[in-house]
Amino acid sequence: MHELSITQSVLNIVIDHAQRACARRVIAINLVIGELTGFVDDSIQFYFDMLSPGTIAAGATLHIRRILARLRCRACGEEFMLKGSNWLCPKCLTSGGEILAGREFLIESIEVE
Amino acid sequence: MKVSVIEGILSANDEIAMQNKQVLDAHGICAINIMAAPGGGKTSLILRTIDALRHLLRIAVIEGDVASTVDADQVATKAIPVVQINTGGACHLEAPMLRRALEQLPLEGLDLLLIENVGNLICPVEFKLGEDLNVMIASVPEGDDKPYKYPSIFVAVDAVVINKIDLLPYVHFDIAAFRKLVLGMNPGVKIFEVSCETGLGIESWAEWIVQQRERKQK
Ligand SMILES: [Zn+2]
Repeated sequence: MHELSITQSVLNIVIDHAQRACARRVIAINLVIGELTGFVDDSIQFYFDMLSPGTIAAGATLHIRRILARLRCRACGEEFMLKGSNWLCPKCLTSGGEILAGREFLIESIEVE
Repeated sequence: MKVSVIEGILSANDEIAMQNKQVLDAHGICAINIMAAPGGGKTSLILRTIDALRHLLRIAVIEGDVASTVDADQVATKAIPVVQINTGGACHLEAPMLRRALEQLPLEGLDLLLIENVGNLICPVEFKLGEDLNVMIASVPEGDDKPYKYPSIFVAVDAVVINKIDLLPYVHFDIAAFRKLVLGMNPGVKIFEVSCETGLGIESWAEWIVQQRERKQK
């Protein structure tokens, strides 16, 4: 459910940029989504298929680039990737950490003709 | 042809959130966005907070709900201004909804606005409303592994309220481990342990709100 309104936002932004580029149609949309946002690719695709018909972006392919979560340990400074739900620093076993990557949520580019 | 966009997907929402914030700032109102999973105790915490602070601050409540008005009706019994937002199925509040709700409130006569977001731990944190503070409630029966499952909300909030601590003897919830993990994720976060059932811990939570509101006045 929660992907509905974000997919609508994606579509609005895409249509806006496509019109500004005087495009006839949108072929592809390149999204960047961090794994910590909790948004699911399939749901975004599902809502996109539902919302886009009749717009300039109908039939466009969604490319979603996932950014994995990367943390920095607050105790020892070690940088590490989040593995599943494990937030332990591999070096000193402190839990948690500063998030360096994984919360991204943007439209990088669109391909139009 | 490739067109570079590089635009945050929620930028339109963020823009309106900023305008909401300006309206709230202009009236000196401190707005708190309260998030939790369904059943975490959002309405109970709001009712307790009203009782604890109504002699000090002029309070209003915005109730976000997918469809019903049950929570708003409960708050209305406290005889303070309350606006119900039915999201019509959406699982979070958005800035334009808050803007419409603000239009229905007597902003001139308010100090504190409590916003009950829709019960959900993923979306509410992505959609800014214009609030000053973000608070999440984690209740003891939900288990102590919430930060692993929903890290985004734990890193984004100013305070975590651990609710239903009166149930600690009956369910497994390792408060020390929970605190350690949450502080490791978000070192600046305030953690409160409360029971909205018995009122335990509400006082220090209410004191913190008063401090935050005073800080905003300066
Ligand atoms: Zn470490």
